[in-house]
Formats: sequence, C-alpha cells, structure tokens
Amino acid sequence: MLAWTIYISFLAAAFLMFLPGDNPRPAKVTALLAALAGLACALMGVIQCREHAGAGVLTDVVNAPWIAELGIRYHLAADGISLVLVLLTGIAAVAGVLFSWNVETRSREFFALYLALIGGVYGVFLSVDLFLLFVFYEVAIIPKYFLIAIWGSTRREYGAMKLALYSFVGSAMVLVGLIAAYVVAGAKTFDLVELAKHSHSFPAAFQNWAFIVVFVGFAILAGLWPFHTWAPTGHVAAPTAASMLLAGVVMKLGAYGALRVAMTLFPIGLHTWQNTIAALAVVGIVYGALVALVQQDFKFVIGYSSVSHMGFVLLGLMTLTQIGLSGAVLQMFSHGIIAGLLFAVVGRMVYDRTHTRDLAELQPMNLNQVLPFAAATFVVGCAASMGLPGFSGFIAELQVLVGAWQTFPVFAVLAAAGILAGVAYTLRVLLKAFFAEGVVDARARPRCERISLPERAGALLLLAATLIVGLCPRLLLDLITPSLNSPLMKPLWKAGLP
Amino acid sequence: MNLYLECLAALTPEIVIVATALLVLLVDLAVVQEKAAAHRAALAGAITCLGCSLAMVWLALMPCSVHTAMLAVSPMTQWIKLPLLLMTFLAAVLSWHERFTRHAGEYFAMLLLAAAGLMLLVSSDNLLLIFIALELLSISLYALAAFDKGSVASSEAALKYLLFGGMSAAFTLFGISLIYGIAGNLQLGFIAARLRGQPGEPVFYAGLVMTLIGFAFKLAAAPFHLWAPDVYQGAPTPVASFIASGSKVASFFVLARILLTAFPNARGTASLDDFLPGWAPVIIVLAVLSMVAGNVAAIVQTNVKRLLAYSAIAHAGYALLALLAGQRYALSALLFYTITYAFTVLGAFAVVGVVENSGRQASLGDFAGLSRRAPLMSFCMLVFMLSLAGIPPLSGFFGKFYVFTAAAAAPPQLSLLWLVVVAVAASAVSLYYYLQVLKQIYAVAPPPTSSWTRPAVSAQVAIVTLAVIVIALGCVPDLLLGKITALLKSHPF
Repeated sequence: MLAWTIYISFLAAAFLMFLPGDNPRPAKVTALLAALAGLACALMGVIQCREHAGAGVLTDVVNAPWIAELGIRYHLAADGISLVLVLLTGIAAVAGVLFSWNVETRSREFFALYLALIGGVYGVFLSVDLFLLFVFYEVAIIPKYFLIAIWGSTRREYGAMKLALYSFVGSAMVLVGLIAAYVVAGAKTFDLVELAKHSHSFPAAFQNWAFIVVFVGFAILAGLWPFHTWAPTGHVAAPTAASMLLAGVVMKLGAYGALRVAMTLFPIGLHTWQNTIAALAVVGIVYGALVALVQQDFKFVIGYSSVSHMGFVLLGLMTLTQIGLSGAVLQMFSHGIIAGLLFAVVGRMVYDRTHTRDLAELQPMNLNQVLPFAAATFVVGCAASMGLPGFSGFIAELQVLVGAWQTFPVFAVLAAAGILAGVAYTLRVLLKAFFAEGVVDARARPRCERISLPERAGALLLLAATLIVGLCPRLLLDLITPSLNSPLMKPLWKAGLP
Repeated sequence: MNLYLECLAALTPEIVIVATALLVLLVDLAVVQEKAAAHRAALAGAITCLGCSLAMVWLALMPCSVHTAMLAVSPMTQWIKLPLLLMTFLAAVLSWHERFTRHAGEYFAMLLLAAAGLMLLVSSDNLLLIFIALELLSISLYALAAFDKGSVASSEAALKYLLFGGMSAAFTLFGISLIYGIAGNLQLGFIAARLRGQPGEPVFYAGLVMTLIGFAFKLAAAPFHLWAPDVYQGAPTPVASFIASGSKVASFFVLARILLTAFPNARGTASLDDFLPGWAPVIIVLAVLSMVAGNVAAIVQTNVKRLLAYSAIAHAGYALLALLAGQRYALSALLFYTITYAFTVLGAFAVVGVVENSGRQASLGDFAGLSRRAPLMSFCMLVFMLSLAGIPPLSGFFGKFYVFTAAAAAPPQLSLLWLVVVAVAASAVSLYYYLQVLKQIYAVAPPPTSSWTRPAVSAQVAIVTLAVIVIALGCVPDLLLGKITALLKSHPF
C-alpha cells in the first residue's frame, strides 16, 4: 500500500503533463485527488505497519533486483520514522494543493511538477536501498527549481537557481560518500541494512571524512548553519505551495538523510563530529531566531524561523539519546505542519490579497478586521510555533532539550534561549501583521476577497494535525521510539556510544 | 571455409553500407536529378535509412567471429555496430528536412561512408587499419561539416576541423610508427606480447603519448579541444550531432581497445608517492583538464550549439575516467556511458535543429518560451538536458554513477577518489548551464512576434524515440548494461 503513495504521485504528474487544454479546473481536481489518494495510502500504510513499527521491525514493501551489475535493488521498506514522515508528506501535499487553488496560469504544469516533487519525497522516505534513496532525492530537486522559477515572486530566478545549486552540491557530496562507502564495504550492495552491518568495520580515518561529507551534504537541505542561506531566499521566492513543501517536507529530506545515511553508516565519524555539529545546530537556532527578529519581509520571518526550528532537529539528532532522537523526529513532523501553516497564511491568505509582504505596509491595514480567519489561523499557528503546550511543537522541542541536557548542558541552555527569541519574533510579527491597532489607516485597508473554502479546509487540516499530535503525542511516539532500535538504526547504539 | 570468404561474411554489414552509399549517389545522379530538392533528399534519405536497417538486421541475426591479422570481428564488435548504425539512421532522418541538403546524394553518401568508417574502426585489430578507418571517418566528416555551402561558419568549421584533424592524424601516425619500431608489429595482441616484461624505453612512451594525443584531438579532450566549439556551432546541426555521437562512441571504443589490449602493461600509476610512467597519468591529465575546462567554459556560452560543444568536452572527461577503472569495469562503464551520452546529445542537437528550422538561430534567447509553442519538443529537450546534467532517473545519471563507481573501485581501492571528487564537483557546476537552457524554454515568456513552423513529423518521431531511449535506459539500465556485461563475460578482449 505504501508504495502506491509514490506511484500515484508520479502517475498523476505524468497524466497532467499530457492532459490537453489550458483549463485549470481538471488539473486542480486531479492534483487534489492524487494528493488525497496519497494521504489515504499513507494512512492505510501506517495502520498496516503499525504493529511491526511498534516492535521496531522494518516492514518490507517491495524488494526486487534492479541493476544486477552493481547489486542495486528496488527496495522499499518502512519503519516508524518513515511512517511518520510519509504521513507528514501526505498531509502537507493535500494542504499544498488546497492552498494553490488560485493558481490559474499554466496550472497543468504547476501541479505536474508539484506531484513529481511529492512523489520523490515519498520515495526518499521509503527507500532502504541507498542508490534508490539517492535517485528519489535528486528527483525532488528539479521540480523545485521550476516551481520557483516559473511561479515564484521576489527574485525568483535567483532564488530558484540558488536553491537548485545548493541542493545539487549537497547531493554531489552525498554521492561521493556513498560511492566510497560502497567501495570500502566491498559487499556489492547498496542496501542500508547490509551496509550498516559493515559500518563498524569501516576504518576510522575513512569514517571521519566520509561522515562529515555525507552529513553536511544532506544537512545543507536541512538548513544547517552556515549552509542555510538558500532557505530564506528560496522560501521567499517560491509560490505558496512550494514554500509550504520546501519548509514542510523538503528540509526534512535533508534531516532524514543525515539520520538514516550519514549517522548509521559512519558511527565512528559521528562520534568525532558530534560536538561540532551540535554547536552549529545551536548557532542555527539562535541565529535564525535573531535574524527573524529584525526582518521587514513577512515571509523572511517565517523563512528564518524555519532555520531556527530545523536547528532543533539537528541538535536532537546530535544528542544521541533515545529521547533526543525521538524529539528530533517528532520535531520534523511538527515543524512540517506548522511551517506549512504559517507559509500558507503569509503567502496565500495575505500576500495574494494585499500584494505586499512588507510588515511596515501591512501594519496600517488592520488585517485582523479584514481577514479575521487568517488572523485567527495565524494566532494559533504562532502559538504552535512558539511551542505552547497542547501543540506538537511543545512536546518535540521539550524532548530535544531534555536530550540535549543529558549530552551537552551548555547547548541546551543556549537552545532554550533560542526559544525565548522565538517567542519574541513570533509575537512581533503577529502584532505588526495583524494587530497593529495604533497605526491603523483606513485608506490603507485593502479590499480583499474572503478566505475561500479550500483555504479554510487546508488550514483546518494542518491545525488539526498539530493539535492532535500535541494533545496525544503517543500516536506518533509509539511509532518513533521503538524504531530507533530498528535494524536500520542499530549501528547508532553499538559499542562506543552512550 | 576459406578465410577470404569468412572475412567477406564478417564484413557484410560494412559492404552493405558502402554499397548503399554508391547506390544513393547513383540514384541521385541518374534518376532524380530533375526533381525538386525536397524529393531528392527524401529519396536519398530513405535509401540511407533502408541500408542502415538492412545492415542492422544482418548484424542482429548473423553472429559471426573472425580473427585475422587485420580484423577482429567478435560478437562484441558486431553488437556495438548496432547503436552506431542506429545513430546514423537517426542522423539521416534528422537531415531530411534541412535546407542544406540540396546536394542530397552527396550528403547521404558521405554520411554512409562515415558510418562505414565507424564500423571498420570498431572491428580493426591492427594499428594501421585503425588509422585508415579513422581517416575514412574523419575525411567524410570534414566534407559533411562544410555542407552548408551558403554559410561562412560552415566553411570555417570544416577548415578548422580539417586542419586540427590533419594535425591529430599526423600525431597518431608518428606515434604508431614509433610503436612499430619498438614492437615490430602493429597487431594489438602482438604488441602486448612483445612488450610484456620489458622495461619501457623512452621512445616507446613518446610513441604512446603521441598516439594518445591524436585520439585526444579526435575526442575533443582538453587541451586538444579547441576545434570543437567552432565545428559544433558552424557545421550543419545533424552533422554536428553525428560528430558528437557516433564518432565519439567508436573513437572511445577503439581507444579503450588499444589501451587495454595492446598496452595493458604500460598502464602506469598516477599516485604521487609511487609514480610509474604509462598511459594512466596522461588520461588523468586529459580527464581533469576536460572536465574543468569544458564545464567552466560552458557557463558563459550564449549559443546552445556552442554550449553543447563545451558540454561534450566535459563529457569526454567523464568518459576518460572509465578507462582508468579496473579491466573488468572499464569497458562496460565506458560503453554504457558513451552510448547513452551519444543518444542524449543526438536528441539535444535534433531539438536545436528543429528550432533552427523554424526560422530562428541557436542562441539561448531563441529558445525563450519554447514550451508554449512546442510542448512535446520542449519536454524532450528537458529530458536531454537533465540527462546530460546527470539527474535521475535518466540514463545520463546512471552512466555517470557507474563510471564514478568504477573509477573509485579501481585498484588500489579509492586511490582515484580525488578524481571522482573533481568529476562530481564539475558535474554539480554543469547543472547551472543546463538549467539556463531550460529556464529559457520554460520560465521565460516567448517574444510576442515570433513565428513558429511545425517541425516535420519524421524529426518529431526521431526526437521522441530518442527521449524514450534516454528515459528507458535510465529507469532500467539493465536493458543495455545486461547485454554489455554478458558480451564482455563471454568474449573478453
């Protein structure tokens, strides 16, 4: 069932490519149906694999020979971590389509690229063969470029090219590392489980360089400071659905790859670099939050906040404790939902109506009167983003902090300070964009169409997801925690590591 | 059976091709001289395609294996002629509707003679015959490059090609004569036997390097690449595509054959602490220079044909890496890479040709908004460009991946990893300029007053076929790779 998430997305993309005519309606409907079908498959897959995942076992979905010469297999499988991220992708995909309901120009191509991107993302989360994972990872790069370069806004060509080149450089680094691991293992396989068995026999010197190359290669896409600069420009240039996906799932690809590939294949290298990367992650948390504090562009605020929140994911990974890692995975899910929501409010609800994202211009518009639904959604989204109890972000960041406290207390304190800065920039942007009562200027008040039904549906979907997980985190944690001991993750806990 | 008869049977496909060339000339001269140019081109093209198909059917159905002092016909060499003939076939189809094919008979006859040169090249086992086949190929290509008589650029391209090509032939011939002086024989296997266990003499290395320089000219590997951009840009587009595809595959194949069969003991190493002279260090220098020079120069190009020329230089660099892999991988990686590259570049040039035939030039701006005018052709160009950039699931990706893995696995393990790093970095740079082309096609609005003539159906079919090949070989590389490895296992050379 899970494999169909991939096939449906690609088939729908191909169908849209060859759909005749320029009428946007069939394209939108196809895309929505495909996204919903993908979500349904993901949900059914979760239900099917729940017991296996709860026992920390890998559920095989497909396992067939592909390229005999190099021992490459078409091997899809899922453990709890994959399941959580597949679910996130499904939700984000549906919400993204709903928030792009107003795409009228070249909508066929828009949704074809959109679905191709989604298909690639599903593929990455389900691949166990390293070559296959890499293929899906690269498949996801090109649609991003076109989505931004064709339908984007501010400096779109620059943002798109920067994003594509950063991603490609990252994947080039990954490529070098995975070829080297294949050669050194000498086992003629790219299967992650098989390679992980060799990981402790890889020479330490090799692991030390291979780990950092592969980890940074993936982490570029996760917004690791100082390689994060593609993220704010890319997010700002992208059309709403693309920035929702970028922040929502594409950044998770990077974190997922770092966890699944770099950390499990090169555990000794991980040990060497653990402190350095944790430090970079903390810098990212604090730096992202502080920069967000002074932005004038509404979307840049959210863009930098993504860098900050992804810092928590990386910090959680580096704690190498069960609680820190499960917090990191939960944070991936949580940030995927919340960032999607915030970008939807900024890009679709506000920018598409007011045609400005400058906070100084938005201030006198008194948007909480004009767009009450947007204001309410944004208030809740901000509460979730700040990590208020009851939302998914709270439990995720708390776990990361607890894990970090066990491993590196100083960083935990600094990260907590980052949370405070997060509260500051969130409240500031909330106030300026929606509730600036003092400077209201009746002339600046824009005439806007009302928030449409698809927008409401998308917002409710995302709000429900963050609330449900926030109130009942066990739903996901029961999948994540046992999976930290799945065959894919074993090398992390072997000798020499806490 | 008599050896001569055997040779004749083994050479039937070549004979078919040469006979077709003569037939094309004859028909054009005697039968349709009075008809309109378009009809003559269509007829000559059809005969050409028919001849290629006949030869392909023969090759596919009649396995044959002959080894003489001059020829080494094996299932491997017979098989490799299939993609070469397919490329000739497609180049012929793409030439039908070109304006320059006014002298249709001569054009298609030259194309067929070049194809005969390619076929002879891959099955020769003697340095002298290799040289002759190479010249047959090159001289036909010089004439083809000059075929657009109305264009100064075409003449300039041909003249440059001739001068550089002549010089490279001189290098090759001089190198071969030196090798003959040492080894006393020109047959590849004999050279290897004669040189075994001998410490290399300086004269031998001089001969080896000169032969390599000759091939480097032919393959447009830096620093012997200077002719390529002008020739690719100036020559008629189908000719440029043929130079970039068929001629590349055959030259790489025969270079690999020479190095791996005649000089397996003169490989040498390139590691700094343990340097041994041989061909490997030369290949490494050529590969690094090609990858860097090709990719960096391509970034600033504004003409798509010129951009493809620099990209071809870069791709020659990647392909050279394959030669350095261990014996087992070297040939399969090289063949997979060059064949898939050839199909891709043939398709890319074909799309450029379509754009040129619609009354535009080949500069980047002429592609603006192409996706609105010709969605299918644009999608095919997307496939070709992304395959050249090495994006999965297209064949260019697996080709590169396979070459890089083979090079990294070359004994001693990871000793060439630095070279792989250079290659991967170069290929990351290359995405930039391929995306420039795609940006024009998809993201930039078309100029308001541009005309667009629908491309010929034959050209469209050829382009779509090529795109399907590129996608299929990327998704299921075993279609091609399985055949190559099976052949290499049963007939190692």
